[in-house]
Amino acid sequence: MVAGLLLGGFYAAVSLGVSLIFGLLDIANIAQPAFVILGSYAAYVMNSSFGLDPILTGLLFTPVFYFLGAVVYRLYYGSFERRGDESLRGLVFFFGVLFIIEVSLSLKYGVDYRLVDAAYIGKSIDLGGVGIAFRLLVPCLVGLAMTLALHLFLSRTFYGRAVMAVSQDRLALRLMGADPVQIKTIAFGVGIAAASLAGALLITIAPVVPSTDRDYIGRMFAITVLGGMGSVAGTLVAAVILGVAESLMATFFGPSWSLAVSFGILLVVLAVRPAGLFGR
Amino acid sequence: MMARPARALLVGLAVVGAGIVVAALRVNQYVYFAGYVVLQYVVIATAWNILGGYAGYVNFGTPAFFALGAYTAVFLIQSTRAPLPVLILAGGLVSALLGLGIGYLTLRLRGVFFSIATLALSIVLQTMIINWEYVGGSRGLSVIRPSGPPFGSYVTFLFTVMVLLSVVAVTVARFIERSWIGRGLAALRDNEEAAECMGVPTLRLKLFATTVSGFLLGVAGAPFPYYVTFVEPNSAFNLDYAVNALAMPMIGGTTSWVGPVIGAVLLGTAQQLATVTISSEMNLFIVGVVLVAFVVLAPEGILGLVRRLRGR
Repeated sequence: MVAGLLLGGFYAAVSLGVSLIFGLLDIANIAQPAFVILGSYAAYVMNSSFGLDPILTGLLFTPVFYFLGAVVYRLYYGSFERRGDESLRGLVFFFGVLFIIEVSLSLKYGVDYRLVDAAYIGKSIDLGGVGIAFRLLVPCLVGLAMTLALHLFLSRTFYGRAVMAVSQDRLALRLMGADPVQIKTIAFGVGIAAASLAGALLITIAPVVPSTDRDYIGRMFAITVLGGMGSVAGTLVAAVILGVAESLMATFFGPSWSLAVSFGILLVVLAVRPAGLFGR
Repeated sequence: MMARPARALLVGLAVVGAGIVVAALRVNQYVYFAGYVVLQYVVIATAWNILGGYAGYVNFGTPAFFALGAYTAVFLIQSTRAPLPVLILAGGLVSALLGLGIGYLTLRLRGVFFSIATLALSIVLQTMIINWEYVGGSRGLSVIRPSGPPFGSYVTFLFTVMVLLSVVAVTVARFIERSWIGRGLAALRDNEEAAECMGVPTLRLKLFATTVSGFLLGVAGAPFPYYVTFVEPNSAFNLDYAVNALAMPMIGGTTSWVGPVIGAVLLGTAQQLATVTISSEMNLFIVGVVLVAFVVLAPEGILGLVRRLRGR
């Protein structure tokens, strides 16, 4: 139960990027989990060759990922969005990107499990009889911090508000003299940058292989849809629900069923209430 | 009007005949082994395209349907040792039922949401199979081929069966495309609301498309246990099927039945060659790059390129 709550904080971190890109920008970026894994491998490489802390690496790499995201968005915009056939072919495009990242990683690093080393991994604290592992606690806290940061970004800064505006009415934004493409590039970059940090958290929690991204496609989209497409608070609530549900499932039915939880929730939510819990 | 279907039938029979001749040639066994995979992709790509290309619903759940066909076959082999034609038919029917199910999903889910739901379906189904010991669970299951195929070795026999199945799949796709069903699907692909308003029975057409597509994907999967002789969830539910099912029609061109065939033959053959000469991961890398390159640079696929060249 506690593990599920902590897992929820981490899932929130993983899903923020999708929440931003898919929920607010309406871009079906199913390659997001691959970017997260890319972040994990960045953390792994820096950790194993320089002994750098994984989460610090994740933070350091955010500008790189931001730039990467901006480039991908420009390509996407030029090829699909401008022509107006974004949904179908754009989806295929991102599926291809997901595949390229995953296969490149397995070409470069093989399919062995990779993990990182840091001072707090393996230790735990005792809180009223419940042992809490730092490797779960730290990602959870960072995830909460990221959620707060994104919330502040969206509600307090000029660009954040502009992103909200893009998601509501693109034409009105253009009439106000702002460039929606530029705003969306920024938002997409921020979403991908979040993947860098999320990837670092992921590899802190558990070892990673290139194909780990497949497990997270369902989780991310389940959380985003359940949370109501782009609502930051909703993402956090949905992430915690999923984290708890998964750890309960793992306890009572065995870990092999836990993966089905996210997709099961996703299917049910999509079929029953596509607007999610906090839908607009 | 009678001449056209007759000619199509003749072409189909000719292809099957050619397949039998090739099977009778008894060249290197590997040719049949690789040829089977290419033909299997012809069926998969054609089946995917009935829903994805004609109706515009992108199905990421190809592995679910394929594996359902394969596991239906495994179940029947385990329980009754049913003959291959029964396996193929049963695999197709079970997958068709799943197709009907996702057809009803399209009532509420359009576009991206539909695609993600199909992906989810694939993972849920895989989890169920992993936890079902009778068909091998996560460890997999060895399948013993029936002794004494009707002719040749068992691989050449399966190769011939696949030739027949791909002719059937392509014929069905061609029939759908040329009939009012294909026009109705094209109408709902371009604008579902408008099509509905014009009196196109969109729900019935969608259900038809998902069911037929599911059936053919199941059919493609049913001989799979006998082909690999060892079935385990990771190979049956491989994401490669999803990518290839998508990439092949996209490369060939999605609006015509020829497109998936061209894509499957080109990409399938290239992959077989790459697997032998380079590595199997490299071949997947190539698929990804080719897929992205095509959707960015040539969204109409090879057929579109040819058309553009002719137009000039």
